[in-house]
Amino acid sequence: MTAPDRELQPLAPQPLAPPEPGARGRAGRPFEPIPTYAGTPPFPRAARAALADTRLRANLQRATATIRAKRARAVAERDDWEALRLAGAAIKNEVLHDLPALLVQLERAVTDAGGTVHWARDAAEANAIVTRIVREHGATEVVKVKSMATEEIELNEALAEAGIAAWETDLAELIVQLGHDLPSHILVPAIHRNRAEIREIFRREMALAGRPAPDDLSDEPRELAEAARLHLREKFLRARVAVSGANFAIAETGTIAVVESEGNGRMCLTLPEVLITVMGIEKLLPRWQDLEVFLQLLPRSATAERMNPYTSMWTGVTPGDGPQAFHLVLLDNGRSDVLSDPVGRQALRCIRCSACLNVCPVYERVGGRAYGSVYPGPIGAILTPQLRGIVRHPVDAQTASLPYASSLCGACFEVCPVRIDIPGVLVHLRAQVVRQHPMGPHVPEPDELVLGVASWVMERPRRLSIAERAAGLAGRVVARRGGRIGALRGPWPVSAWFGERDLPAPARESFRAWWRRVGRGGAGSTPSGQERSRQGRAPEDAP
Amino acid sequence: MRVALFVACYNDLLYPQVGRAVVRLLRRLGQPVEFPPGQTCCGQMHFNTGYREACVPLVQGFVRVFAGYDAVVTPSSSCASMVRHYHATVAREAADAGTDPSLPARVAEVAPRVYELSEFLVDVLGVTDVGARFPHTVAFHPTCHSRRLLGVGDRPERLLAAVDGLTLVDMPHAETCCGFGGTFAVKNADTSVAMGLDKVADVLASGAEVLTASDTSCLMHIGGLLSRRGAPVRVMHMAEILAGPEDGG
Repeated sequence: MTAPDRELQPLAPQPLAPPEPGARGRAGRPFEPIPTYAGTPPFPRAARAALADTRLRANLQRATATIRAKRARAVAERDDWEALRLAGAAIKNEVLHDLPALLVQLERAVTDAGGTVHWARDAAEANAIVTRIVREHGATEVVKVKSMATEEIELNEALAEAGIAAWETDLAELIVQLGHDLPSHILVPAIHRNRAEIREIFRREMALAGRPAPDDLSDEPRELAEAARLHLREKFLRARVAVSGANFAIAETGTIAVVESEGNGRMCLTLPEVLITVMGIEKLLPRWQDLEVFLQLLPRSATAERMNPYTSMWTGVTPGDGPQAFHLVLLDNGRSDVLSDPVGRQALRCIRCSACLNVCPVYERVGGRAYGSVYPGPIGAILTPQLRGIVRHPVDAQTASLPYASSLCGACFEVCPVRIDIPGVLVHLRAQVVRQHPMGPHVPEPDELVLGVASWVMERPRRLSIAERAAGLAGRVVARRGGRIGALRGPWPVSAWFGERDLPAPARESFRAWWRRVGRGGAGSTPSGQERSRQGRAPEDAP
Repeated sequence: MRVALFVACYNDLLYPQVGRAVVRLLRRLGQPVEFPPGQTCCGQMHFNTGYREACVPLVQGFVRVFAGYDAVVTPSSSCASMVRHYHATVAREAADAGTDPSLPARVAEVAPRVYELSEFLVDVLGVTDVGARFPHTVAFHPTCHSRRLLGVGDRPERLLAAVDGLTLVDMPHAETCCGFGGTFAVKNADTSVAMGLDKVADVLASGAEVLTASDTSCLMHIGGLLSRRGAPVRVMHMAEILAGPEDGG
């Protein structure tokens, strides 16, 4: 992430409590550095490295093909799917339109129900708030429900720096954490791992983080899940503080909803004394009734289930039942910037289902980490640059490469449950990238140069005509037998095209030259005199 | 009905036989067609790469050249979708910037009359059997822009299915993008090629002698990969199949 541009709000000084004796950081080693996406090269280079990883490609291809087919079946069961999508988009648009008022309404409802609401402008503020709450309760570890918001703000890293261990309890997040790895998918963060790799990670790492994996652990999914269940159980029973994200927050009631498949979330949300929920401000829904739409859209789009196995909802604090302290951290972290862009803001409708990742032909081949962000795939390509402030200031080269990480095939838009026009936003962001090139005389980008020449030529048909004749001559010089241009070295974009692809040599006679010579006379069939006279009125070469 | 051909710039230069095929086909169906020589490029390459200002003169040129025609037919679904979907965006921005306040109105006049070839044949001329003969096995690549942006549906397949002697074979993962993507092909060449090679494998698995589509641009990419590997599959634009062979001239 780009550095926050605001000073951290001063917080009440807290004594830095030393970790309890024997307290261990992530994966058991005392707070070793946690991998981050920082340093990811621009997308074309990151993708090249990923493409060379044949095991990664095989894992991704198998996993995405399976989930694509399942999703298609789950969605096809509903004959009102399109109506649900329209309703989902409309409700989220209402949220974005009324966001400030709805947030205040939510704050009041949560507070009335015995919760505490915190406002965080950026990652640093949010991390400081969570750290402070954990310390206030004297805890040195937290259990975590899978949460994109806390990954976005790199909460685990911030807690580790404060001597607090954060244990991921979602199975895939556990695999990633134990593997000292980075998530590569929003919903299935370990999608890049196969069963054999997971077995190795469990065998090697579980003992360092708590209860070891059995010595005879196989790579059967049932055995892997059982090992995880036993490993996590002691953490659920011990932890006094849990940290979660939120799928939805109902403004009118102050209810927070988390949907999940494994039950780990339910454990975290009910067993500990203290619950801290970090939530992007766009996760709101105005009314309880709106859940009707989203609890249909989300499971079918995400896991291809008619209904997810666990839907946990809570409203503030219920005496004698569940956590007795509830803190809700409302996270902006660039979302207000996204909201300020009339085209780009639709990305805030996203409900993190990952359907766009699973259908994306680019994602399927390069995986999530090439995007250099917790939000990979098509939605990441439009969300990450916006969260990093592209609407306000120039962004780094890696961020600027993301809107181009798409062939604009449109498969993402087709499956998006809230109808985000991802291809439309991608080309919109590309225009923002271009506008951020330095003004005035400067060394042009290669594509700027090529397209600049192209537009100069295309502005005048006569120039195009001359360029076609020149290309025809040049093409015949380099063309091989059969009129094709084969492997060719040269500057970009020549090298980029001809590395793996041939091209037919430019035609000896362009279409317009043919038309001028015989076409308008009607080769093969004679046009009527009436047509000829019409052609006489057709616009001629512009000056 | 006064009909213009928008041939598309890359067809003009690299695949003139596609433009000639459209002319031949329409004339055989009794539909005269004109080629306004002032035409150049729809601006898609610039628009999709982010060079929006460079699109303004191209959109201005497009509406100037094609104003007054009842229909504009193009053998490129991708260019047709640029015109129908995004010329309005370019025009609105030009109007907002004060460059050309009346451009949105001119675009609204012309853009809806632009048809991809299969749309024109099926919806405007009302034909699916164009009287062609092509005794070969053919795989059809439903290009992303034809399917998802234009919504041509199964019009191309219906036209191909009516061709005498033509055997249309199923291709695995037919609806998956081939990886061309305009400047994506050179800005993300490795990914583009990886996607294209998977498509090549599907084309070969189909057993087709000929691969066809309604966009020469995708075929340029797939065909370029096939050719480099010496694969014995021909790529042809759908118009060439529907028009039949050229007899000289």
